[in-house]
Amino acid sequence: MKRVVKLLQGNEACVEGALMAGVRFFGGYPITPSTEIAEGMARRLPTIGGRFIQMEDEIGSIASIIGASCAGVKSMTATSGPGFSLMQENIGYAYITETPTVIVNVQRGGPSTGLPTKVSQSDTMQAGHGTHGDYYAIALVPSSVQEVLHFTIKAVNLSERFRTPVILLLDEVMAHMREKVDIPNPDEIEIVERKRPTVPPDWYKHFALTATGVSAMASFGDGYRYNITGLIHDELGFPTAEPSEIVAMLDKLKQKIVKHAESICEFETNGMEDDPKVAILSYGIVARAAKQAVIIAREHRLKVGAIRPTAIWPLATDSLRKRLKNVRQLIVAELNQGQLINLMKQHIDQRHTEIIPLQRYDGEIISPGQIFNKIKEIKHHGSEI
Amino acid sequence: MAQKSDMAQKSDVVHHYLRPKKKFPHVWCSGCGLGVILGSLIRSIDSLQMSKNDIVVCSGIGCSSRLPVYIDFNTLHTTHGRAIAFATGIKVAKPKLKVIVVTGDGDCLAIGGNHFIHACRRNIDITVILANNWIYGMTGGQFSPTTPTGSRGTTAPYGNLEQPFDPTSLAIAAGAAYVARSTVYHVNQLDKMIKGGLEKKGFSLVEIISNCHTYYGRLNREGDPVKMLQWQKKHAMPIEAARKLPPEKLEDKFITGVLHDVDKEEYCHRYDRLIRELANASRERS
Repeated sequence: MKRVVKLLQGNEACVEGALMAGVRFFGGYPITPSTEIAEGMARRLPTIGGRFIQMEDEIGSIASIIGASCAGVKSMTATSGPGFSLMQENIGYAYITETPTVIVNVQRGGPSTGLPTKVSQSDTMQAGHGTHGDYYAIALVPSSVQEVLHFTIKAVNLSERFRTPVILLLDEVMAHMREKVDIPNPDEIEIVERKRPTVPPDWYKHFALTATGVSAMASFGDGYRYNITGLIHDELGFPTAEPSEIVAMLDKLKQKIVKHAESICEFETNGMEDDPKVAILSYGIVARAAKQAVIIAREHRLKVGAIRPTAIWPLATDSLRKRLKNVRQLIVAELNQGQLINLMKQHIDQRHTEIIPLQRYDGEIISPGQIFNKIKEIKHHGSEI
Repeated sequence: MAQKSDMAQKSDVVHHYLRPKKKFPHVWCSGCGLGVILGSLIRSIDSLQMSKNDIVVCSGIGCSSRLPVYIDFNTLHTTHGRAIAFATGIKVAKPKLKVIVVTGDGDCLAIGGNHFIHACRRNIDITVILANNWIYGMTGGQFSPTTPTGSRGTTAPYGNLEQPFDPTSLAIAAGAAYVARSTVYHVNQLDKMIKGGLEKKGFSLVEIISNCHTYYGRLNREGDPVKMLQWQKKHAMPIEAARKLPPEKLEDKFITGVLHDVDKEEYCHRYDRLIRELANASRERS
């Protein structure tokens, strides 16, 4: 079969990925720098029998996609910082009601209106802890336009597999940068559908406690009539205040994510094969600069490696620690005042690995040269590289 | 076998739609108008002769929003103020479903006001059942967007300084296709108003003046449920009668009945048409 290659920006690749994954409902509200996703969906969805709706605000957008998902349709929304803040309450609702949804957040500078057209990674923490109450998030972080396409498909698949909201965390550069994208053939990609009930309606429990932590999901109109509520509920979906039922439900929600951290979050490494003592950890667009910085450093005979997670929520902490076993100094590079670094400090033994910040929050990206300078600085302070 | 009384037959209808697995009693205070609304909604749905499987009842947060959990349909109890936005997603994704929203004056008109007017504007086929008791009941008696000026709430201890919304005027101005008002006293009229809303292809609002004797009644010395229903009886004026009366005779009345009923293209219908048009255009090109 002839390969299709396109020059796409990240937001366009996201639209392609979503449609391939089977998204047929999009509810959105215009916001820079994510708007091209809504525009693409508005144009494309009605041509394939899907539906797009421009809602009155971002709260309405996420509410509409949760509703559409309850009706059995794969659903997505896209926004940026301020809109992502508005969505937080209903992200918690999608989580507690175990409704598959995908929320794309194209990060821009904050807080508040912040820097609407500039790059940032300052929603790193919000993606994981934005909603109130205990919450275990999935947030995928692609680092090329090609990956935006594949991670959008992956986000839809994970939301269906785990019956949970999944966040695709992009940034302004990732969204607007244009790169060559290999459009996969439909038979090359795996599409996951939510598990459907096989029991008769009378036996059906919308929130059944199962061994895998994921229960089958019927859609509205399928003949299984049940209640969904944002209140803590029992297996049937009726509100409960029974302590044992509360704990069972909250543990179910947590465990289905936490137990699969190692399969959700993978790592890409560069120059880690010869056990460098200095490494750079970053995600998204910054990981591209880190990759280049490794090449520059190696040209200067400095043994440095780079590591990047493909998801920051949940973080596969066991394999992260294994990969950092020989690293004595870890540069955590990010586009904010220090969010990813706090996660690293939480999970890495600092007696063994020194954690060094490299932060930029002036609306510009971190360049390979800037990372290389940091490496030279470390070397200058007497580290063996 | 002797034929069952009219009352017994009506009661059978209600029981047919109550959830067998849900534990009663309900959460409402005794004498609350929401029980009447529940019964009326069930009878109105029953008259449509639709499958229970094709009916979705959506709600937000508040006393009225606890209603869907008791009835045997597809029910979605959402976040405060957002029921109409959730309902919009359901309806657009699966237009064959009959989508009903049960909400209150705080849920629909304060926190959810924006979703309400925009659903009217889109003329999407959703029926909103608005239980208007002029107060936030579940949180304990705070004034709402429909509390009359001067009336008391726990957050209006010296009387409400603001002017109230008229939700029906708001809905008409925003583009709703069907707007009606009734009370929990005028049950037969209420059944007709809800049925009219459910049958309307487009956005419909049925505002129901209800009683919260526990908070509104107590804080404003309006008395017990019976007294509050008597007030409704005395002050409700059917629109047909109101048209014949001079304005000064209507000063202390509120108008009931079908206030607005127009035919215009519904949102999902329009979207279906777009899908067909695009498919035809694509066939013609190829």
